[in-house]
Amino acid sequence: MSDNVMDEAVTASTVKKSYVRPLDFKNGRVDMNHGAGGRAASQLIEELFVKAFDNELLRQGNDGAVFAPPALPAGARLVMATDAHVVSPLFFPGGDVGCLSVHGTVNDLAMSGAKPLYLTASFILEEGFALADLKRVVESMAAAARDAGVPIVTGDTKVVERGKGDGVFISTTGLGVVAPDVDIGGANARAGDVILLSGTVGEHGVAVLSQRESLQFETSIASDTAALHELVAAMLAAAPGAVRVLRDPTRGGLATTLNEIARQSGVGMVLEEAQIPVLPQVDAACELLGLDPLYIANEGKLIAVCAPEQAAAVLAAMRAHPLGAKAERIGVVTEDPHHFVQMNTRFGGRRMVDWLSGEQLPRIC
Amino acid sequence: MKYIDEFRDGELARQIAVRIAAEAKPERNYSFMEFCGGHTHAISRYGVDSLLPANVRMVHGPGCPVCVLPIGRIDMAIRLALEHDAIVCCYGDTLRVPASDGLSLMKAKARGGDIRMVYSPSDALAIARDNPAREVVFFAIGFETTTPPTAAAIRSAQQQGLKNFSVLCCHVLTPAAIAHVLNSPEVKKYGTVPIDGFVGPAHVSIVIGSAPYEPFAQEYMKPVVIAGFEPLDVMQAILMLIRQVNEGRAEVENEFTRAVTRDGNWIAIDLMDEIFELRAAFEWRGLGEVPLSALRICGKYAQFDAERRFPLEYAPVADNKACECGAILRGVKRPTDCKIFGTVCTPENPVGSCMVSSEGACAAHYSYGRFRSIPVVAETVTEAAA
Ligand code: SF4
Repeated sequence: MSDNVMDEAVTASTVKKSYVRPLDFKNGRVDMNHGAGGRAASQLIEELFVKAFDNELLRQGNDGAVFAPPALPAGARLVMATDAHVVSPLFFPGGDVGCLSVHGTVNDLAMSGAKPLYLTASFILEEGFALADLKRVVESMAAAARDAGVPIVTGDTKVVERGKGDGVFISTTGLGVVAPDVDIGGANARAGDVILLSGTVGEHGVAVLSQRESLQFETSIASDTAALHELVAAMLAAAPGAVRVLRDPTRGGLATTLNEIARQSGVGMVLEEAQIPVLPQVDAACELLGLDPLYIANEGKLIAVCAPEQAAAVLAAMRAHPLGAKAERIGVVTEDPHHFVQMNTRFGGRRMVDWLSGEQLPRIC
Repeated sequence: MKYIDEFRDGELARQIAVRIAAEAKPERNYSFMEFCGGHTHAISRYGVDSLLPANVRMVHGPGCPVCVLPIGRIDMAIRLALEHDAIVCCYGDTLRVPASDGLSLMKAKARGGDIRMVYSPSDALAIARDNPAREVVFFAIGFETTTPPTAAAIRSAQQQGLKNFSVLCCHVLTPAAIAHVLNSPEVKKYGTVPIDGFVGPAHVSIVIGSAPYEPFAQEYMKPVVIAGFEPLDVMQAILMLIRQVNEGRAEVENEFTRAVTRDGNWIAIDLMDEIFELRAAFEWRGLGEVPLSALRICGKYAQFDAERRFPLEYAPVADNKACECGAILRGVKRPTDCKIFGTVCTPENPVGSCMVSSEGACAAHYSYGRFRSIPVVAETVTEAAA
């Protein structure tokens, strides 16, 4: 590696370019030096992260990004959200841990109705991780941030010994602003409200599963990973005050997320299975593995609980946006002291849709 | 998916439901046991029971392979991992079943046991090939459905000359268990089992055929209708059972003709016969010792038998005193009859085995049907959603 050469140089910032052998993004690997805070670390930051995420605040090169607070109208509030991303495998059809780590935090902000402003990113790299893979992840992350219009303004890198990480863990934190008239929260659902879902469920989880070494099955299913803040903005603009709860059904899937909302709001729900969109390929894969699509993770879908009078307007706004084209009204909020989420099955029966317990495991028999 | 959607058609279901309601005589009760966990799961997941009249009751039987696995057997698998440093490969559902000392395979894994979830015994074979310096044990559980793949794995291990692979064989047999439900000494203790007929297993019957149930149906005068795992299959089977009861017949009928024949799959049966032999008796969780109800690896393949290869003693472990799994698996009690159902015993913290897999009676009722035991919900609001 380049470190021997580098050790003789002075500091990364003053060394002449010609004395520094650039990082080998083809065959190089992460080693302990990349996390030691020295020259190698600085080189990794300069040649990879700063280059990929490039923006004014990051270019300041300080430990923190310094900026003036946005001019907020009275009643506006700031939102912060943070999320750690561990996914195995790191690359899957439709995405990778990089874009996921941007979308995840942007969506966490969006689910409080916020306009996301800035992101921070922290990387925990495993010794031996291929720099080529790291580059791929970082570039995907940079592209996702650019597309979302949310710059990554500061970050951190650590390296752990081989065997103590899973290639790369990424944790991102986001800052956003909620407009004065927006009041969205998990406890706001009321009996009579309408539950909307922005599209088909289960693609992300199935796309990741399909790449698991022990499970590989042929599929055309791609992860739905996407940033939802613009869809949210369109919904809020279409019917001000109508949206009471927003949530993205990630881990635990639709079922778990609805149970969370029901408990937080102290209500029950009744769903219509026939209205819940699921791609036929996802259905088939779940059938094969003995899984229930309602419990499978999504990374680009949202649930909205709306006032009944304006639900049609919100639904129309969702359908007008590409990320909500397949939006459906999937059920209603009911009064229920037990906070049960029930479902009328397509088959004509009634059952509960309970919390996921443990991890969903493919069945045996 | 077309093939499957046909068997989940709500309109057809309503038609069969109307038939069932018309043919079930109002003056009597009908109790049918669905033996298989797969049926229990289908009934709960699609809400089949909510389509049946009040006098037709479904009883969940002992056909969930995880539910009937005795604690002592899981302890053996845990000891293989923790004390003998073996890589123990198992099916996912087995991981969460509570064992002795507050352990489960999942908790043993957290304590450093090398326990790996696999999707088939051939995955375990691959792990054995990749780790020649380690002992690899496949924890084989399940009914006749999962037995042929285990047999095939043992045979290929022999053909490949794998020296570090063995199987902890806990395979059990369906017909023996069905007979035991009606026959065991405990039945006297629990009172007569109120069962008028059986929905026979789907996948198991693909392997063994429908013939093995015939002596049983005749001897006990209980009709058996073999059914597929789709909700319409189950509805149709219930209708066929009601007809048999009404006509005073007790025959083996086959609703699942698209997959099950009278004689079964001879290739699979021969393979099982070659590799396994009957155990004189085997402990089932909740049912106790059941004679001639399980398989072990026969002498010719002894080197692949983990029970002979490692110094393993089987020690029976009593269930939690409050647990009613035994009575539930026999159809004598319902999950809600258990004092700790839903309070101490939940899917997050299963005390008994029926609460572990969604195919278990307690877990199925907890996860899918709990709302029925507690009257709630303003139905008027519901209608608005339709
Ligand atoms: S609720 Fe739990 S303890 Fe009670 S019978 Fe069911 S599984 Fe056993």
